[in-house]
Amino acid sequence: MRWFWIDRFVEFHSGASARAIKNVSLAEEHLHDHFPGYPVMPGSLIIEGMAQTGGILLAESLKFESLIVMAKVPKVVFHSWAVPGDTLTYEAKLLDAREDGGVVECVARIGERLLAEAEYVFACLPNSQSKTACQESFLKTMQLLGAGDSVAAAAGGASPSGTN
Amino acid sequence: MATADEIYAKVRETLVEALGLDDDEVTPEATLVGDLGAESIDFLDIVFRLEKNFSIKIPKGELFPEGFNAADANLVKDGLVTEQGISELRSRLPHLDIDKFAKNPKVENIQDLFTVQMIVNYVQKKLAGGAA
Repeated sequence: MRWFWIDRFVEFHSGASARAIKNVSLAEEHLHDHFPGYPVMPGSLIIEGMAQTGGILLAESLKFESLIVMAKVPKVVFHSWAVPGDTLTYEAKLLDAREDGGVVECVARIGERLLAEAEYVFACLPNSQSKTACQESFLKTMQLLGAGDSVAAAAGGASPSGTN
Repeated sequence: MATADEIYAKVRETLVEALGLDDDEVTPEATLVGDLGAESIDFLDIVFRLEKNFSIKIPKGELFPEGFNAADANLVKDGLVTEQGISELRSRLPHLDIDKFAKNPKVENIQDLFTVQMIVNYVQKKLAGGAA
């Protein structure tokens, strides 16, 4: 999987909440067309980034045993926009997790500024080894990047102060 | 104990949220798929919201039937739900109006059983005690 729209988890509380960041860069090609002369991060990619934060939170809570796919976005509200140089913080809260799906609530901010709010319904599909491994390995990569004790613990690291 | 009216109001609110409807679109007879435009993934969303709004637990397959889309020859044959399928629906999902369905048991007609009133009936039984 290369379709990553988060750069790093900075907090990960298994089965409860997660916080990830996304740094917007002018090197991202689509920004040159969206819009010419005035680059703005597409809202759809902000939705995707929040979904990835929440989706991996859900996948981890289910031990990466099924493939998590975003099924529905019942609610999304944009309050502002993001431009190159911004660091977006996605905060996801797991509201419900079960065998066949889950619900996540997510908020995006730039510093203190509220950027977007969304709610997601995820469906759990039968295990497809390569794909679930992908979601799992992303969390392991986060561990290598030293992205916080709680992430390390969720990724199977030996952090004593990890999950809460 | 919630009255039937209170349950109906809350079910309506749940469907308005889940399906992005206006209050007046929801009537007791309205079918979820045909009239209210629900898609398969909405059923999962509706179950989540009902659980939250009524503080109940809805086991998989208890509110909406499962296994009738798949090619299980015991339940579905030539596009029709078999005798065994109908009796399973009757025992597993007593809140459905099976008598009406049994007159024309085409698989695609199952979704016509999913009405707003059906959900109200289910929740009512569920709140009255244990499994609906």
